[in-house]
Amino acid sequence: MRLSRCWAIARKEFFHIFRDPRSLALVILMPALLMLLFGYAVTLDVRRVSMVVLDRDHTQESLSFIQRFSASPYFNLRFVAQDEKKVKQLIDEGSVKMGLIIPWNFSKTVTSGKKVAVQVLLDGTDSNTANIVLSYVQAIGRQYTQEQTFTKVERMGLQRANLPVEGRTRVWFNEELESKNYFIPGLVAVIMSIIGVLLTGQVIVREWERGTMELLISTPVRKGELIIGKLFPYFFLSLLDLTLALLMAKWLFDVPLRGSITLLFLLSSLYILVALALGMIISTVAKTQLLANQMAMIIGFLPTFLLSGFTFSISNMPDWLQVMTYAIAPRYYVTILKEIFLKGAGFSFLWFETLTLVGFMVAGFWVATRSFKKELR
Amino acid sequence: MFRRIRYLFRKELVQTLRDKRMRITLIVPPLFQLIVFGYAANLDVRHIRAAVRDLDQSAESRDLIGRFGSSKYFNIVAYPQTPEDVRDLINQRKVTLSIEIPSDFSRKLKKGDTARVQLLVDGTDSNTTLIALGYAGQILSEYSTKILVKRLNRAGVIGFEEAGVDVEHRTWFNPNFESRLFYVPAVIALIAFLVPIILTAQAVVREREIGTLEQIMVTPIRSWELVVGKTLPFALLGLLDMIGIALIGIFWFEVPFRGNPAILLLGSVLFLMGSVAIGLFISTISSTQQQAQISTFFFTMPAVNLSGFAFPIESMPEWIQYLTYANPLRYFLVIIRGVFLKGNGLDILWPEMTALAILGGFMLLLSSLRFQKRLT
Repeated sequence: MRLSRCWAIARKEFFHIFRDPRSLALVILMPALLMLLFGYAVTLDVRRVSMVVLDRDHTQESLSFIQRFSASPYFNLRFVAQDEKKVKQLIDEGSVKMGLIIPWNFSKTVTSGKKVAVQVLLDGTDSNTANIVLSYVQAIGRQYTQEQTFTKVERMGLQRANLPVEGRTRVWFNEELESKNYFIPGLVAVIMSIIGVLLTGQVIVREWERGTMELLISTPVRKGELIIGKLFPYFFLSLLDLTLALLMAKWLFDVPLRGSITLLFLLSSLYILVALALGMIISTVAKTQLLANQMAMIIGFLPTFLLSGFTFSISNMPDWLQVMTYAIAPRYYVTILKEIFLKGAGFSFLWFETLTLVGFMVAGFWVATRSFKKELR
Repeated sequence: MFRRIRYLFRKELVQTLRDKRMRITLIVPPLFQLIVFGYAANLDVRHIRAAVRDLDQSAESRDLIGRFGSSKYFNIVAYPQTPEDVRDLINQRKVTLSIEIPSDFSRKLKKGDTARVQLLVDGTDSNTTLIALGYAGQILSEYSTKILVKRLNRAGVIGFEEAGVDVEHRTWFNPNFESRLFYVPAVIALIAFLVPIILTAQAVVREREIGTLEQIMVTPIRSWELVVGKTLPFALLGLLDMIGIALIGIFWFEVPFRGNPAILLLGSVLFLMGSVAIGLFISTISSTQQQAQISTFFFTMPAVNLSGFAFPIESMPEWIQYLTYANPLRYFLVIIRGVFLKGNGLDILWPEMTALAILGGFMLLLSSLRFQKRLT
């Protein structure tokens, strides 16, 4: 193994990337674009849910109940309807997600110390949002009931009114419950996959397609040197992207980074090697660049995006799919990222994920060197 | 004239379908997405793993714990002894929620004071946490009411009732909150978006790369005929792919189809104009298939995420919401979900249809002009 030969290959590969503006954009702009998209533009937080209210009671009490919705940051009272038909129509055309119908006997029932049924109509199309909206509504309903019940008890003059049981909630790790804190750490894994698999998937197949592989074969460069030389630039660029992503996460989006940065870099380097090995395998197996790209998309990018727990929590998936996620490396890396970012976890909590990634890396490079043949075909 | 288009049309179909990797593009990624979004993207929170640290060990505390344990939302999996144990359980993701009952719980209840129950929750996955907290709040409040009634009973009030509201909810279109009903129609829309873009861009660039585009130009074919011949086959393939996936969605994933297929077809045709226009545009800015692929990626990634596919548009920052009006996928998602789940007709969907027609026509015109300019 000669370092000078590795370096020569690596330099050539650097030139390839830097002289093709589009590859360069994929390296620099794509991570930034993804970070902006997921850190700033999209969110799963349910706020300002558009709603319509139909108040059949028109009393002080019903108004004060409605007030609880209009004053809440979670709801946006957009329409006041005069009949149920209008409520239905607004939900049907998608103008509102929710309708609140207050019956004519609302204040009468509440002030007489009973419970009155208010109707909530939900557009269930977006089931996840609807689910959360419902839990907000129920929380408001509970709060209101509690207060009314207390007023009633006090009016009866029975005793000092005390709430029997109260829940005190403390949320750890993502105190504000913001979805960006959940997305951004996992997004780093997606970015690593773009370079690792999508770009690296090209390196060998390109030489074959252009016919330059035959030239390389005739040089004294060895297989191992070729692989190391080819992968080094991508390893370097991945680290560059990692740094970029971390800076954006910390300074632009205020995602807490509680753990050790050194550990994050070390374990990320490990994952980068796994991704590069996968890219190398794709590159040696695929016959054309186009096919390599497609394989990279299907076995590299999509699973990272959809099955790693990056946006969709693995524990909510059906069992058979959960089992499948154990077979993909990004799953472990996403766990590592979320743990280090949000929980500040140390190595003692992450050894299992680390060992698994080491296993993936060894297996990956073994397959890559086996499938890569430095001979004419 | 139509003969020339027909020949070109046939050639493109044959060329695409005989190519194995193109056949793979038509089948594997759509199926993969269908499966993942049909099964995986689920926020239906059940069986949340919970730990209980009961410092009181009284009949009352056991009653409360029993309510958590017997609810379908929580599985009590651990009984830690110390705060460190609790922390470890949450840190190691063994539990999401920890319920801590203080040692004075039953004493305070008997005295008529407020007993405080501590809930510690892992907020990493914000929405799952929110829903879990909602369920926990429900259980606590039911228990609290029970105690209140008991206290009043002791004070001589028989048959006490709560005052306030009962929230009766009815959920339309998707009463069981099944996320696949939300995502499967969206995946179908995604197919109609991506497939024509990828195929159109590749077909043109491939000819440019191997030099046959110049050969076509010396034939008597006119440039607009070329545009039609290069886009129509892929719109058709996109439509067929979409229908295939839709059938799987309806029959395998049991997504209801409540509307009129003709309306969906109309929306799809209008939408496909935009898709092929984007593909054609990408072909004009790429000289290799490689470049075309990267450009497609750059273009579709934001377009898909800013369409309402998974992330609600109304939660986005306002200026980005305006941006989404230029995104054809945004309108088509409203149409396809409306037709599938709500059974919407043209009376409701006409604004989206109009927007698609205008946007698609405009985009098609612009990219054809650019395409023709690039040819000469």
